[in-house]
Amino acid sequence: MNGHPIYAEGLVKNYGRVRALDGLDLQVEEGSLLALLGPNGAGKTTAVRIFTTLLKPDAGRATVAGYDVTREPDRIKSHIGLAGQSAAIDEYLTGVENLEMIGRLYHLSAHDARRRALELLVQFDLTDAANRMAKTYSGGMRRRLDLAASLVILPPVLFLDEPTSGLDPRSRRQMWGVISSLVAEGSTILLTTQYLEEADELASRIAVVDSGRVIAEGTSDDLKTRVGGDRIEVAVARNADLSHAADVARRHLSGEVTIDGAQRRLSGPSADGTSQLASLVRDFDAAGIEITDLQLHRPSLDDVFLTLTGHEAEREKTVESGRGLTRRAS
Amino acid sequence: MAVARTGITPGTRYQPITGRPAFVWAFLDAMVLARRSVLRTLRAPELIVFVAIQPVMFVLLFRYVFGGAIQVPGGQYVNYLMPGIFVQTVAFGGVITGIGLAEDMHQGLIDRFRSLPMSSSAVVSGRTVADLARNGFTVAIMLIVGFLVGFRPQGTIFEFMLGILVLMGISFAFSWISAFIGLAVRSVEAAQSGGFIWMFPLTFASSAFVPVKTMPSWLQPFAEHNPVTVLSDALRGLFHVNPALTTADTRWALIQSVVWIAAILAVFIPLAVIKYRNSTSR
Repeated sequence: MNGHPIYAEGLVKNYGRVRALDGLDLQVEEGSLLALLGPNGAGKTTAVRIFTTLLKPDAGRATVAGYDVTREPDRIKSHIGLAGQSAAIDEYLTGVENLEMIGRLYHLSAHDARRRALELLVQFDLTDAANRMAKTYSGGMRRRLDLAASLVILPPVLFLDEPTSGLDPRSRRQMWGVISSLVAEGSTILLTTQYLEEADELASRIAVVDSGRVIAEGTSDDLKTRVGGDRIEVAVARNADLSHAADVARRHLSGEVTIDGAQRRLSGPSADGTSQLASLVRDFDAAGIEITDLQLHRPSLDDVFLTLTGHEAEREKTVESGRGLTRRAS
Repeated sequence: MAVARTGITPGTRYQPITGRPAFVWAFLDAMVLARRSVLRTLRAPELIVFVAIQPVMFVLLFRYVFGGAIQVPGGQYVNYLMPGIFVQTVAFGGVITGIGLAEDMHQGLIDRFRSLPMSSSAVVSGRTVADLARNGFTVAIMLIVGFLVGFRPQGTIFEFMLGILVLMGISFAFSWISAFIGLAVRSVEAAQSGGFIWMFPLTFASSAFVPVKTMPSWLQPFAEHNPVTVLSDALRGLFHVNPALTTADTRWALIQSVVWIAAILAVFIPLAVIKYRNSTSR
C-alpha cells in the first residue's frame, strides 16, 4: 500500500502485436492534478482504461484509492469518476434523466439521485437545458453534462480523458474553469491531453508519455526549461537593419540570438514573453528599425517532443486494438 | 493566464444504499437501464415502424394476399394465421435487442457503465426487459388489428392470458439469443444481418403460416420440433381456433413451448452475460 490515490508501476499492455503501454510508471499526489501529455497512440487512454478497471494490464501493478485494479476492481468503482473522450451520455435522454440514471447506477436512492442531478445541473449551468434531449446540446454542453455525470457521487479520484478535445476555445476555457475548481476542492485528478497549454494551465505536475512510457515528468516550469521556454521571432524590413536589430534583441532576450539573413529574421529565447515583446517593440521604434513581423512562440507539444525524443509527435498515429471495440488507444 | 474559477462547489455527498444482496441489485440496475431503453424507443420515431407498422403489414398481407389460397383443415385461415403471426413477430422483434446492444457497445456510454459499481448483467438484461415491454405493445396492436380482420379467439380468459404469457416468454427468450449475437458480432450491420438471417427458415419452416403436413417429408421433422411451431400450436389450442388440435395436442404443445423457453433462457442468459463481461476486461 502506498499513499498515492493513483499509482502505477511498470504497466504493460499489448493489443495484438502493438505495445500500447511499455512499462508505465505514474503517481499522483492526493488533491493534485497530474496531466498525462502525449500524442495519439502514446498510451494515454490505455492507461486511463486500466486505472478505471475497463482493461486489465498484461504486466505491472496499479492501484486507485488504495485498491488494486486487477484484484479489487469493484471497490475502485465506488471511488472514481470517469469522463472520456466521447461524451458518455445518452443522446435520447434529457440532461436530468442522464444524471439521475447515473445516480441510480451508483446506487443512490431515487430521491437522492434526483436531488443530486438537479444540483449538478445548476452547478454546470445546464438548468435551462435540463429537460431537453442531450442530442440537442452543443459540444460544450455535452462535455459539461459528461463531466457532471462523473461527479455524481463526488468521487475522490477523477479520470478525465482528453476532456476538451474538439471543443471551441470558449468552451475549452469554461471546462478549464470547472476542472480548476475541482482541484481546488480537493479532488485527485488524472487528466490526459494533447495540448501543452492545457497541461500548463491545469496541472501541478506533467508526465510526458511517448510509446507507452513516461519520458519526462515534472512541473510545467521544469519541462519548459528543458524545452527552452518561449521564443520571440522578429522580421525586419531592411537588410541593413539586421545587425543593429540583433544588438537590440540581445539586450532583451535571455539567450543566444539566431539570425536568418535570407529571411531578414532573428529569434531568441524569452524568459517572460509578453512584457519583453512590448519593450522590444519600443526599442526597435526608438532605433528607427522597421519591423514586418513579430511573433511570440510558446513551446508546443511538438517542441516538447522534439526536444525530449528527437522526433515529432505523431498526431495521426492510431493503434488498432486486437478486438473491434476500441476505436483508438491513445 | 489565470482561469476564472466557476461556481462549482463540491455539492452534497449522498450515500449509496448498501447491504442489499447482488441479485437485488442485478434486478434494480436492470430496471434503471430498461427504463432508459423504453425512453429511447419512445423518442426515436423510426423505431415505431418496427414496433407498430411492420406487424400490421404482416397481418394484412397474409390475411388478404395468401388468405384466399391457403386452406387449413376445419376452420378459417385468419384464425389459423394470427397465432403464427404473433410468434413470428416477437421472434423478429427480438432481433432489435441485438442491434441495440451492438450499437451500445460502440458508444462511450458503455465505458461509463463499466466504470460504475453497478451489476454487470444489467446492461444486457435491461435491454431484454425493455424489449419485452416493446413486444408486449406490438402484440396488443396485433390483437386489435387481428380482431378487425376477423380473428376471433374462443375459450376462457384464463386460457387467453396463458397464451399471451407463453408468447411473452418466447419473446424474452428470442431477445436473449439476439443479445448474444449482438455482443458476439460487434458491429451493428452484422447484428442486423446475423440476427435476421436465421429468422426466415425458423419462422417459415414452421406451422406459423401453413400446416406442417403440407411440407415435403424431409422438412417435416425440423418444422414439427421448431419452437415457432410448438408455440403457434400452443396458442391455437389455447385460443381454440384450430379444431384439428385436441386438448392433448394443446397440452403437449404447451409443455414443449415451456421447455423451449426455459432451455433457451438457461443457455443464452449466461452466454450473453459472459460475453458482455469478457468484452469488459479487454
